[in-house]
Parts: sequence; C-alpha cells; structure tokens
Amino acid sequence: MKKEFGGPAIFLDRSDINTDEIIPAKYLTEVTKDALKPYLLEDLTLEGFDPKGESLQQARVVVTRENFGCGSSREHAPWVFEVNGIHTIIAESYARIFRQNMFNGGMLAIELPKADIDRLFALQRSGSVEISVDLEQQNVLARSSARQESIPFEISPFDKALVTAGGWVEFADARY
Amino acid sequence: MGKTIAEKIFDAHLRDEPFAGTYVLDLDRVLCHEITTPVAIADLEWRGKDRVFDNTKIKAVIDHVTPAKDSKTAMQAKILRDWAHRHELHDFFDVGRNGVCHALFPEKGYIRPGFTVIMGDSHTCTHGAFGAFAAGVGTTDLEVGILKGVCAFRKPRTIRVNLNGTLAAGVYAKDAILHVIGQIGVNGATDRILEFRGPIVEAMSMEARMTLSNMAIEAGGTSGLCLPDMTTVDYLWPFIQDDFPSRESALEEYRKWCSDDDAHYEQVLDFDLSGLEPQVTYGYKPDCVKPVEEMAGSRIDQVYIGTCTNGRIEDLRVAAAVLKGRKIADHVRGIVSPATPKIFSEALNEGIIQVFMDAGFCVTNPTCGACLGMSNGVLAEGEVCASTSNRNFSGRMGKGGMVHLMSPATAAASAVAGVIADARSL
Ligand code: SF4
Repeated sequence: MKKEFGGPAIFLDRSDINTDEIIPAKYLTEVTKDALKPYLLEDLTLEGFDPKGESLQQARVVVTRENFGCGSSREHAPWVFEVNGIHTIIAESYARIFRQNMFNGGMLAIELPKADIDRLFALQRSGSVEISVDLEQQNVLARSSARQESIPFEISPFDKALVTAGGWVEFADARY
Repeated sequence: MGKTIAEKIFDAHLRDEPFAGTYVLDLDRVLCHEITTPVAIADLEWRGKDRVFDNTKIKAVIDHVTPAKDSKTAMQAKILRDWAHRHELHDFFDVGRNGVCHALFPEKGYIRPGFTVIMGDSHTCTHGAFGAFAAGVGTTDLEVGILKGVCAFRKPRTIRVNLNGTLAAGVYAKDAILHVIGQIGVNGATDRILEFRGPIVEAMSMEARMTLSNMAIEAGGTSGLCLPDMTTVDYLWPFIQDDFPSRESALEEYRKWCSDDDAHYEQVLDFDLSGLEPQVTYGYKPDCVKPVEEMAGSRIDQVYIGTCTNGRIEDLRVAAAVLKGRKIADHVRGIVSPATPKIFSEALNEGIIQVFMDAGFCVTNPTCGACLGMSNGVLAEGEVCASTSNRNFSGRMGKGGMVHLMSPATAAASAVAGVIADARSL
C-alpha cells in the first residue's frame, strides 16, 4: 500500500550520518519494527538536536546533507523512521544500501543537488518548515510562514514503481 | 568494447530488466545471520509465504551474538534455527560450529568466481575477493532473495584501484585499504564497485584479499572485487577438485570472468604503496587515517583482535609473532576472537592460542561480539579500543567509546606498549 509523504520537516545539518547514529546496534536484538520506536537517532550528536525533543517527534520529513545512512546494511534504520511516521527523507546523497532499503519499504529517499538542499536549509532559518511531496509531478513544495520553495526532483522509474507498489516484496512477488 | 568482471557477472545472471538501468539478477548465494534475517522470516510468515527459493543456495549462521547473551538474542537465534530446520537448509551453523559469516562461508568453499552473493550485512563485499559480485543488502532485499532468488541492482559502475609497488615488511592489506579509504573518503565509492588490481593484489593471499575487499563498503562501495587467479584456485581446490581435471583447467574456466583489457572504468586510481607505513584511524569515520607514527603514544584501554576483517589465521599468526615472549601492558585488556572454529583449532595446534594467553589476552569463541558493541568486550563511556575491525563510528563498540582501526601487528604492538605503537619499533 502506498504510504503518506510530507509534513513538518526536521533539518539535520551534517554529512555522513551513519546507521549506528540512526539506530544503535544494541537495539538490533528487537525482532519487531515497533519496538525500535523510542530509539530514533538516539546516538546522533549534533548542535541543537535533541533526540527526545518535540521537533523530532512531530517531524514527518528529514532534510539532510551528503551520504546519509552510511555504514551498516541494517534495515532497522529506515524502519525506525517508518515507525515514527517519517516516510520521506530529502538529502544530497545516500549510502546505496540505505537508499535501496527506503524504496524497498515503499518510502521516499529524494535526492536533490546541493543548491536545492541549501535553499531548504535557508528556508528553515525563517521558521518551521512544512513539506509536501507530489510524486506524480516529481515536485517538493516547502513552506515556512515567510515564504515557500518549489523544487522539482528526479526519481528513477524503478524507484517510483517500488513506492507505488508499496515496496520490493510486493513488486517482486507480483512479477517473479 | 570489453567488459569488467562485474559487467560479465551481471550479464550472466540477468533475469529481468524491468526498467532501463535496473538489473534484476539471479542469485547463487543468499547468506543469512541472526540479526537481519529474523524480521525477514517474520514478514514472510505474516504474508503467508514462508518458503525458500532453494535450500542448497541459502546458507545461514548464528554469529553476531553467540552463544546467546540474553533472552532477546536467544530468541533471534531460535527464529533463525527453527527456520533453517523447517526448510532443511543444507548448511546451517549453530553454536560450536559457527563463526563470523564472512570468514566462515568462504572457508567452507561456498563462494566461487562469477557468483552473485547477497547477505543482510554490509560487509558482504568481503566475498568479492573471490571474483564474485557480493553485496550487502537490507532485510527486504534479503527477504525477496530468500523467496525468489533475485535481487535488483543499478547498472554497475566500476572504479579500478591499482595497488602498485610492493608492501614493505610489517605493512599489510589492512594498511593498504585504510590508506585507500583515507584518500578517497567514506563517500568515495558510493554505489560504485571497486576492482582491486595491481602487483600488490596479485601477490596477496586470499586472506589478505578478503581484508581488502571487506572494507570496500567503508568507502561506500557496493562490492570490492579481485580477479580470480591461481591463488583463488589453490584456495578453492579442496572444494572443486572433483569438478576439474586439473588446477590449470579450473583457472582457465575462472579466467573468463576477468575484466577485459579494454573494459571501461568510471575512474582509474593508481596508488604506489611502496613507501606506505602502517595506518591507524583517529576519528569516528574510517577515512580519518594517519600513519602509525603520528598516532603513536595515544592512550588505549582495550585491544580487540578478530572480526571479518582481521580474525583469520594469518592475522592471528602476525599478532602472535609480535606478542611472543611479551606481556601486554597492565592497564590494557586484550581480547582475541578467532573468526571460525577452524581458525581457532589451527591457532591452537600452532601454539598461537598459548602465545595470546601467556601475553595476557582473553580468548573468546568465534563471534562478532565487541565489533558491533553487542557482547564480549563492550566499551564503557570514554574508553578507547585499538581494534582490527573495520568500523570506528562513534559508539560502535559501546556508547561513548572510541575505536582506532589498525592491522593485527599494530594492535598487538599497542597491547604490549599500552598505547598505540608501531610493531616495527617494539
Ligand atoms: S565481525 Fe563486525 S563487521 Fe564483521 S560481520 Fe561481524 S559485526 Fe559485522
């Protein structure tokens, strides 16, 4: 089933945020996705970021920099976002496995050039940002109380098909 | 135009191209461990599709936390064990016969040149040392691999890494790969395949090549391939001798996977490693790399020798040669974990285990253990570990702990000195 995309955004202003920071290995003993919920980004140290804070709890979109999700193959990383209602990540680039895991789970890992990511970060300086995603038109609309940015994005037909199908298991099961 | 080894493997395994540039490959091996597989198993059950595509091609091991340390890890092991038995997997490795996946599966002869291999583990790239396309994947890819025997990849883009010159005495594959990662960065090979070439790679043993390929992912690489040659054939010979009349004929067969001379590479990187010094990491990313002399004297609390990077017999031999007749520093905790039972027994027979024990090391059973901070040597806040593993992320071996990556020789020397030290000047 296709997921919901968009909502309030949280901004993580750093490159190379790794899977151990997203969900520490000690929680990998959990065998359900829901059990991961309280631990999202628990080990991320970043100025102004509080893993227990309200802005993370309300967030439905993450905006960040380069090579997001590098390190381990653990799908617990996308899952911990998923169970916290975050189905959309917007970054300059991703680690391959993390990116694939997002689409395999029917979620969106949108890649934008640095200039566009900079525009989103600039927008955030004028207040909290709400993002909506138009998958058909391949467009991101980001709004703060002051102004808005409309940014088109690229997505491969395969990734789009995964999102539409609800994930890779659904896609593969119907086809192979 | 010629083809790279990865392109040849893709061509030979192509099941489907649902969209231009998306390649769905048939898989020769789907490897499983108890951390990432249980959720895939649970999901298959939930979907009413608790099946496996081929119980001879799926191999499973309990390796990350073993023997189980608590009820939760016992349950993960149980889920994998019950599933393996339910589907009559031919090769499943439980307590006593289990070892670190990326050391165990090659040692059993499961990986062959030209194979496609996936596992729910990022260091699956290790198996590229055999000239296989081996990639770490997430649980959903694993799940589809188990059910359908396929996995989707983008068109392979290869960076050829030529390791030229010769490694000086006391400088190892670990130093070479740390140096390469230090140069190209943790994002330097993202979504790319690394092809390791050059006289240094040709001269390496399979163990050393596995160390090299193991860390491809630390530069973001999907897989790290070495071309099959006589070293590959010699290693595999006990497993393939019934398939080929001679080693030469096996080599001829495997050579067909080698990259063509006129193959296209996205990038070709040349490294002359003749003057390379032993390398050590300093920060929380594997590309924070310095020569050992710049790190010498740094405080450590623990030394960890083992893992899928450097827990093989050659690694233990190197470390034992440094430790022989010496004691580790009083304030240092030394932990060694031979990566498989076979390696453990070899080390026992060669007297290596005794050397470690005489030096003051704790010898653990084969397991990932402290490498990912789950058992057998987790660090306390503020503690520092000199480790032969592959990942130094903040908190990797325990919240608030720090990890310095290095070769087994450097780790052993550091255990003796009580601070980071160069084995050549001990
Ligand atoms: S030894 Fe460490 S890096 Fe290797 S598979 Fe185990 S946890 Fe992963």
